[in-house]
Amino acid sequence: MSSSHVIGLTTPLSVKDVEGLRAGDRVLISGIIYTARDAAHKRLLSLIERGKSLPFPPEGQIIYYVGPSPAPPGRIIGAAGPTTSYRMDPYTPRLLELGLKGMIGKGKRSTQVREAMVKNKAIYMAAIGGAGALMSTVIKEAKVIAYEDLGPEAIRRLTVDQLPAIVVNDTLGNDLYEDGEKRYQII
Amino acid sequence: MRKISAKHLTEVIKREVIAANLQLGDDMIEALRRARNIEESEVGKEILDKLLENAELASANRIPICQDTGLVVIFAELGQEVCIVDGDFTEAIEEGVRVGYQEGYLRKSVCHPFTRENTGDNTPVIIHLDMVPGDRLRLWVVPKGGGSENMSALYMLPPSAGWNGVKEKVVETVVRAGPNPCPPTIVGVGIGGNFEKCAILAKKALLRPVSEPNPVAELQAMEVELLEEINKSGVGPEGLGGRVTSLAVHINMMPCHIASLPVAVNIQCHANRHREVLL
Ligand code: SF4
Repeated sequence: MSSSHVIGLTTPLSVKDVEGLRAGDRVLISGIIYTARDAAHKRLLSLIERGKSLPFPPEGQIIYYVGPSPAPPGRIIGAAGPTTSYRMDPYTPRLLELGLKGMIGKGKRSTQVREAMVKNKAIYMAAIGGAGALMSTVIKEAKVIAYEDLGPEAIRRLTVDQLPAIVVNDTLGNDLYEDGEKRYQII
Repeated sequence: MRKISAKHLTEVIKREVIAANLQLGDDMIEALRRARNIEESEVGKEILDKLLENAELASANRIPICQDTGLVVIFAELGQEVCIVDGDFTEAIEEGVRVGYQEGYLRKSVCHPFTRENTGDNTPVIIHLDMVPGDRLRLWVVPKGGGSENMSALYMLPPSAGWNGVKEKVVETVVRAGPNPCPPTIVGVGIGGNFEKCAILAKKALLRPVSEPNPVAELQAMEVELLEEINKSGVGPEGLGGRVTSLAVHINMMPCHIASLPVAVNIQCHANRHREVLL
């Protein structure tokens, strides 16, 4: 893991973009990304099962696992840090098959998700959990595009400018959580 | 009898839920600064800097520290010479949460267990009420996030497990949680009591200002030992590797049944929001 490596990423992502990234790389993401948590994922999967089209085409896109707090007057969005990712694990492989290229959240992913990332060439990135106020400053536009009834769990299209994240799982199967922990473990 | 009006109680709760979510306590700011000095991992240092910056931005921009503005837990110590007038105690607290979460632009994070339908106003509130001597009402307002609560656990150990058994369970729980509860964390540990009391002991341990030494010397030594063990794990800030997995361990202990040794581990993330008020 090199400490000075910061890479700018602009969405949508190509296979080449993601193949060039390694676990431990710091990235700054700009462009459009989509939000979805548990309830939205459940609905997306049910659309896929019924052969219906999704509220946004997943190819090349990044999903950010976040349920923001409401925007106070004069602001674009409230606090918007990542939620824990494992809850989305059961739904993720199917979205990766459809071309989803990146996910932003916090916490470890299941073996199935990690294998699906290698197979479908996608990456998983961690944002700083609990840094909701900080993350809200890189979001320049936010619009609910589906499932308004889900409130904080609705799907939003966000325009972000240099959203900071760190690559946890790359297309080679590396895992920064495992490597980082081992590196600082005192036995 | 001293009278406290339910309307006043509602106002206080409303004010405190908003303040708790926007303003990280000085105890936490200090603890994060200390951690920044200890941390060896570059990524870890960067994360701790960002968390301090986040706390500043939250209070400057009046945005919650974290988007998970929590399920509200209230610990109340009600003096037995206090009489709540002009309304109902529980309803007054819930109304404070309702209004505070609406007017403070806080996220409503409470739902039906199965349908997952949001209750819409962040109620119900979890209230722990103790009757104490005197004519004051002391309240702790604690919005608790789901990520760290999900990683908490309760164990009914056999008495033969002893201190080593307790230690093993506490460390195992924190290390297994890894990045999920947004480390660096505070670890609340309850030892003794029974099934439900043990969990309350653990949660109440989190109310103590971070790193304020435990007044009981025996427990203080146990806290130091546990923190050292936890921080050997290498989990580090946000689980990305480093020296500081937890900022502090707080223990509450009481006697238990001759057949049991209950241990509860309540994990608190760095968005450690707790406000204390005396009415
Ligand atoms: S665990 Fe705490 S800091 Fe992390 S997202 Fe939940 S409430 Fe926020």
